[in-house]
Amino acid sequence: MRIPIAALIGLFFTSLYFIVAIFAPWIAPYGMAEIVSPDIWAPSSAEFLLGTDNLGRDLLSRMIYGGRTTIFIATAATILSFATGSILGFLAAVLGGWADQLMSRFVDLLMSIPSLIFALVVLSVVPVTVTVLIIVMGLLDSTRVYRLARAVAVDINVMDYVEAAKLRGEGRKWIIFREILPNALSPLVAEMGLRFIFMVLFVSTLSFLGLGVQPPQADWGGIVKENADGIVYGIGAALYPAVAIATLAISVNLVADWVLNRTTSLKGGRG
Amino acid sequence: MSEPLVKVRDLKIGATVYPPGEKPHDIEIVHGVSFELAPGKVLGLIGESGAGKSTIGLASMAYGRGGVKITGGEVWVNGRDILKSNLGDVRSLRGGEVTYVSQSAAASFNPAKQIMDQVTEASIRHGKFSKKDAEARAVELFRKLGLPDPENIGTRYPHQVSGGQLQRCMTALALCPEPDLVVFDEPTTALDVTTQIDVLMAIKEAIRDTGVAALYITHDLAVVAQVSDDILVLKMGDMVEYGSVDQIINDPQEDYTKALVSVRSIDHQEKVATSEPVLKVEHITARYKGTNFDVLHDVNVELHPGQTLAVVGESGSGKSTLARVITGLLPPRGGNVHFAGRDLSAALGGRSREDLRELQMIYQMADVAMNPRQTVGTIIGRPLEFYFGLKGAEKQKRILELLEEIEMGEGFIDRYPAELSGGQKQRVCIARALAAKPKLIICDEVTSALDPLVADGILKLLLDLQKVEDVAYLFITHDLATVKAIADSIAVMYQGKVVRYGGKTDVLSPPFDDYTDLLLSSVPEMKLGWLEEVIANRKMESAGN
Repeated sequence: MRIPIAALIGLFFTSLYFIVAIFAPWIAPYGMAEIVSPDIWAPSSAEFLLGTDNLGRDLLSRMIYGGRTTIFIATAATILSFATGSILGFLAAVLGGWADQLMSRFVDLLMSIPSLIFALVVLSVVPVTVTVLIIVMGLLDSTRVYRLARAVAVDINVMDYVEAAKLRGEGRKWIIFREILPNALSPLVAEMGLRFIFMVLFVSTLSFLGLGVQPPQADWGGIVKENADGIVYGIGAALYPAVAIATLAISVNLVADWVLNRTTSLKGGRG
Repeated sequence: MSEPLVKVRDLKIGATVYPPGEKPHDIEIVHGVSFELAPGKVLGLIGESGAGKSTIGLASMAYGRGGVKITGGEVWVNGRDILKSNLGDVRSLRGGEVTYVSQSAAASFNPAKQIMDQVTEASIRHGKFSKKDAEARAVELFRKLGLPDPENIGTRYPHQVSGGQLQRCMTALALCPEPDLVVFDEPTTALDVTTQIDVLMAIKEAIRDTGVAALYITHDLAVVAQVSDDILVLKMGDMVEYGSVDQIINDPQEDYTKALVSVRSIDHQEKVATSEPVLKVEHITARYKGTNFDVLHDVNVELHPGQTLAVVGESGSGKSTLARVITGLLPPRGGNVHFAGRDLSAALGGRSREDLRELQMIYQMADVAMNPRQTVGTIIGRPLEFYFGLKGAEKQKRILELLEEIEMGEGFIDRYPAELSGGQKQRVCIARALAAKPKLIICDEVTSALDPLVADGILKLLLDLQKVEDVAYLFITHDLATVKAIADSIAVMYQGKVVRYGGKTDVLSPPFDDYTDLLLSSVPEMKLGWLEEVIANRKMESAGN
């Protein structure tokens, strides 16, 4: 198996981000909310590699801890949205009829409301904690996963081997988890990469708007917000998280593209 | 003798293969094939799947499909070696001097464009005719090919004509730019026998009238014998035998050719019914949801234990629908299914596990009848676990026994379906059905996707297993040669009705009703001049026209 250069680059940076996120306390030079310098927005130096932020905290440490929070929330929300979305989608495809109609129309209803606005409304009435954030983001995003999972499963559900399983008398559990899921996995995994990035952007947007991760907890969207004023004075502190989000998005997409290319062939059965 | 139009010398074709678990590597799939074709002559390329016949056909247009590379040799068309030509020359050759008719017209036409636009596109693009002349020529070809309403059929879309008609439209498409050579790639394989014969006749006449040369690719020797002047027999990319039709059919030299000529060597004696029937289908009438006509009308058939009932008919005759009714996938509107001494619930949900176990099914397309993500062991083992609660070593032992029964070794137990050949896949499906120890197996066109020699092996296996396991088969097929080989009784279906039913000898002995006569006479025979003879003696037209 040959991995294309683009995918290798993507894999390298993606794993770099994840490793840094996981081992943040050992990698970060200072504490997350520790005020280490009397100067605010100090330029980068040997002591503070990326300089300091609006309160005199070490920006590199905040970036590392912020990445940890952002990536953790995005990962957890992606897993939640895939677990709910795909199981409900498969169920709708297998059940068919009115159950499918009911679920699909409900999902349409949810999707007709822009998810950012929906999330803002929900988060402004419930207390914002990491758990609540994950649940709100995961459930909102699961509508998209539901659509994909249902579309894939409807195609698989009419295959002869699924019919053979039904004729054998297999229950729904076997059909969903043993017949459909293994065959739907590759498009779902590819979609997962893309959705993960949407989650990173989503949580960053929420934090930037003040309804996501709450200070003094660091996260990339929050760091942008805290240091946004600095841009006026020519301080680039707010740009680092933007670069981090962009590079993570690109590298995860490179990996997802490669998975997608490997598992779906437009040439179909001819090959 | 005139200068040959096509001269192929020592053609070698390679491809890159990606076997699971191994490094991709290059293999040679055609090993030095040579032949010549004079203007106006037809050369039949024959062989089983994997013989390289389509690859050679496409090579005559200097084209290699997906990953296939022409690695050596010469292909001369109209006095120039097209393998050494530049891309511009090749482009003017394709669709102009050499055209192509593919197996599945339905998949080859663009469903969003009218037939006329597609038929005339190549002629106009190559500047051979103006739009007006090309359309006039297309209408002329439609008429020659016997299409109904030749003036207006071009305004239809591909889904608005039948499969046989579409295949003829494709022939018109290929003939429209006045090519020197047409490559026919299995043009009638996807059609019913009764439709095939009309398309075959149309193609033959069109070739004769336009004086075009043709490469005719097929796996069916009887078909190629009707249209070709010469035949080239291929096996695994090697030339086996090359000679005139007369010589190949009547005096084959090589063993492989002899095997192809004499295929269907099974001799099966009709068995007499001894006990109560295991399956009784009584007055079944069925229709699909959302339609307003019955697909089955008052169908009555019986099947005795250890016997085979063949249900024969062309596509659309309702034979697969009958299988869906018996299995419970389509509850009938009227009538009932009596199985093993009890009435079966009409819907699948109302049947007991015992009902399901005793009634198994084998599908036409073995590739899609098995979950590609399960190993052979899981596929065969699941019914054992599900119906008999077998686990661990006991299950393993039974799986090995079953693999033994289908003449496959224990090495296959961890393989995935993608790693099996077509015949092996179908064998695994048979083992899966047998694992349930059924009383009845419904075989839905189980051999029609297979090569003749492989299909023969499957039929022999099924007959042997019937003797050992005493299982009854309901055998759905459109292939009368298969029916003759294995049936004890036969039901001939036409437009949802059983038009002829009885013991094999009775059904296949005259006097025939018109439809059975048409069906029987349409099976290609390995005899020169058979096509003309049949067309002259026909009593009725095929429904597919």
